[in-house]
Amino acid sequence: MNHALRMVAAAALVMFVALLVNSNILQVGEASSLRANPHDVRVLYSEYSHQRGPILVGGKEIAKSVATNDSLKYLRTYPGGDVYAPVTGFYSLALSDSALEQAEDPILAGTDDRLFLNRISDEITGRTPKGGSVVTTLNAKAQQAAYDGLKASGHPGAAVAIDPSTGAILAMVSYPSYDPSVLSTHNSRADTQAYHRLLRDPDNPLLNRAINQTYPPGSTFKVVTTAAALSSGKYTPTTLVPAPNALSLPQTSHQLTNFAGETCGPGGQITLTVALTVSCNTAYGGIGLKLGAAALSRQAKLFGFGQAPKIPLQVSASHFSDNATGPNVAFSAIGQYDDSVSPLQMAMVASGIANDGIVMKPYLVAQTRAPNASVLTTAHPKELDRAVSSQVAHELTTMMEQVVAASDGTGRAAAISGVQVAAKTGTAQNATGQQSHAWFISFAPAAQPKLAVAVIVEHGGQGGVAAAPIARSVMCAVLGCS
Amino acid sequence: MYAVTGNVAAPPSTRRGTELALVLLAVVLTLTAFTSVSAAESSALPSGLLTDGLGFTAVAVLTHLVVRRLAPYADPVLLPAAIALNGLGLVVIHRLDLAYAASAKAAGQAPGHADAPLQLVWTVIGILAFVAVLLIVKDHTRLQGLTYTAMAVGLVLLVLPALLPASHSTVNGARIWIRFGGFSFQPGELAKLALEVFFAGYLVRKRELLALAGRKVLGVTLPRGRDLGPVLAAWAASLLVLTRESDLGSSLLFFGIFVAMLYIATERKSWLLIGLVLFLAGSLIAYRYVGHVHERVQIWLHAFNPHYVDGQSYQLVQGLFGQATGGIFGTGLGQGRPDLVPFANTDFIASTIGEELGLVGIMAVLTLYLLITMRGLRAAIGTRDDFGKLLAGGLAFGFALQVFVQVGGVTRLIPLTGLTLPSMSYGGSSLISSWILLALLIRISDAGRRPAPGAATGPVDESATMVVRQ
Repeated sequence: MNHALRMVAAAALVMFVALLVNSNILQVGEASSLRANPHDVRVLYSEYSHQRGPILVGGKEIAKSVATNDSLKYLRTYPGGDVYAPVTGFYSLALSDSALEQAEDPILAGTDDRLFLNRISDEITGRTPKGGSVVTTLNAKAQQAAYDGLKASGHPGAAVAIDPSTGAILAMVSYPSYDPSVLSTHNSRADTQAYHRLLRDPDNPLLNRAINQTYPPGSTFKVVTTAAALSSGKYTPTTLVPAPNALSLPQTSHQLTNFAGETCGPGGQITLTVALTVSCNTAYGGIGLKLGAAALSRQAKLFGFGQAPKIPLQVSASHFSDNATGPNVAFSAIGQYDDSVSPLQMAMVASGIANDGIVMKPYLVAQTRAPNASVLTTAHPKELDRAVSSQVAHELTTMMEQVVAASDGTGRAAAISGVQVAAKTGTAQNATGQQSHAWFISFAPAAQPKLAVAVIVEHGGQGGVAAAPIARSVMCAVLGCS
Repeated sequence: MYAVTGNVAAPPSTRRGTELALVLLAVVLTLTAFTSVSAAESSALPSGLLTDGLGFTAVAVLTHLVVRRLAPYADPVLLPAAIALNGLGLVVIHRLDLAYAASAKAAGQAPGHADAPLQLVWTVIGILAFVAVLLIVKDHTRLQGLTYTAMAVGLVLLVLPALLPASHSTVNGARIWIRFGGFSFQPGELAKLALEVFFAGYLVRKRELLALAGRKVLGVTLPRGRDLGPVLAAWAASLLVLTRESDLGSSLLFFGIFVAMLYIATERKSWLLIGLVLFLAGSLIAYRYVGHVHERVQIWLHAFNPHYVDGQSYQLVQGLFGQATGGIFGTGLGQGRPDLVPFANTDFIASTIGEELGLVGIMAVLTLYLLITMRGLRAAIGTRDDFGKLLAGGLAFGFALQVFVQVGGVTRLIPLTGLTLPSMSYGGSSLISSWILLALLIRISDAGRRPAPGAATGPVDESATMVVRQ
């Protein structure tokens, strides 16, 4: 039996050697790749064990970590609440982070390579390492005004304001919103329950409508059509265009009519300026048919359609269908074919015109700072594209001023005494039986624009009625009117 | 490896002094670990260091004295290795208690009951069982007379959970418990020992037959068809355990022990071949037709698959992350997060050691297990009677196989099964059976090294100096 026992001993030795080799592979060979795995909850716990940096608006913290006395030493809180939720997102034990909490995580957590020296010095001096801070481009007054306006409307909606000369985002609001604090507790079950409650909400408060929802642009798209028309050289602001009560369309017996069957002007012919001022569907349908889908599509792309930029939040691309044919080109030209745009995209259209024809790349983070407040990065404004020539931009600005200033303009509700406002309304039909979406895009002061705004009120009815006052209060918040 | 060099002239040394020194080393190791947990927790010495420390030292030394009295020629390494493992297990369970209490406090709940004090009670009971076995079994060959009693006891213990209603036998899906009120017991742990006694007694009687009869096929002497009975019965019983009690680990263990003992008894490689074929066939059948076996294999193969990673493979994967975090030297006791792994103090105690004591720690622990295994097999080689050889061989190999299947599962070398880590995991049944096993090995090693009555003193057995022939 002794021989067999020795064989069994050899077998046992082989088993132990296998265990030892395997432990070596696990704890040395594969250790670093395992530790990098996002499913490792240890990483999360160690993240919580030191103070995550704040997210700031002006000097105010809209997200910050406060010390607690439980095993996760810091709790993430959101003084910015619902108003800033689409910007901050949430930082949760149970769920994956969102918005800036996710996009700027390396800075906030303090793991970014640029914070390497800080970490080393913390290590040496024995200080608990802290995360860096993220300073947003937001304007607190504009953000609050936009949120209050949307809330007062009682409808879901969104608003975006941009500084046209830089692309800095001054306001980004989505309504209804949520309180990120309820998703960032130290109780992962409570987080998950709150999350599912929000997911079940038919108004989808977790959706950032400002950048991740696209809508038919309705008549606000006429600004793009006008830009294409003026850029083609075939039109000037004073060119007379046919404006029948009903436009006969090619290849179909359907006709294109105006809002509520109205007449655009006496005599069946109006200038391009009047067509924009009163938002004449039949006139723009005709212009669209003359320019063709390719020209409209080219112009839309110059304004940023088709791109999905990171600001650093991921923006959903706006879409202009360049395969529209026949009668659909006419519908495309008034933003009613299958075009779809995000509120941010429409704010970019307004800001491109406001900025002498140049669309700036939108961004949300002005600065990142180390825990000791030294500046790590500062945003540098970048040009995205020249959408129209300087001359066309000026002509369009003058035309858009009429939308607000003229007695028959659709955007009179956005008028501000002492300030010239350029704007365009939109009333986008959507699912049948539902109220139209109310759109409004604007910028002011027209001569030297400080901000461009886009507002949508879902199923809010007419843009000039439901959306214009919200845009006005955002502009007032920045420009300082009453 | 340690080697006994037989001294022809002098009477064989009992080596009790060596044992005492090693026991004290194991005590120092345990108390150092205990202190280090407290240092990490509160930067202070543990409040119970003096009382717990003296108590633990006293129990360890008393156990040594019992061995000195009842088995003076026993192998001097077995007891210290077991005390080191048991002590380290206690410290790790205590360390996890502290972590669980902290999380309960954080969640605003009352802390659950601490496991370490209970494990300490089980340790004392285990050592009492150890002493009782040494006292009662003065001569291990007398166990051979209990062959069929052991069979009956083993089978009853084994199938008891399957016969009880699920409410009294099932914990976390495995039907391997006997539960009444607050009391719960895993009879499989004791069944394992009883069946090893039975296998040894049975195989000693049948070994001639099973070893010799047969015909040669392709150079391998295959047993006669009618002699396949026992191995087929063991195989069927294993599959029954698997399907009725959902206990993959025990099933594997029983069959592995039986085949190994069959081979030791007969020295016939064809039994290994037959065992392997049956094992592969059983595995294939289980994988295809037994739901939870299929699932275990899938979890093992695709542990990081998003489909499993936050659910079924969560425990395994978090354990792997812990071991990866530990790296070579570990986070230090009390400084990792082993409590994030579910059942860290029973099924996943090895990953706790890997995380906090590092590769160095897990290798040291594995080396202690290897030491017990090899010393056990040496006792088998050293003892004079066939029954003792077979029993010690089966016990030692079963011990090694259990460690392999357990640690292999936690480190994802093989699919995870539900076995406990002998001498370390939290739980009375496991700890008591580990101490009984140790008592039997000590008894057999004592018999092997004890000078034969009336015989001239001399080297016990040249072959005993080396376990693995080089």
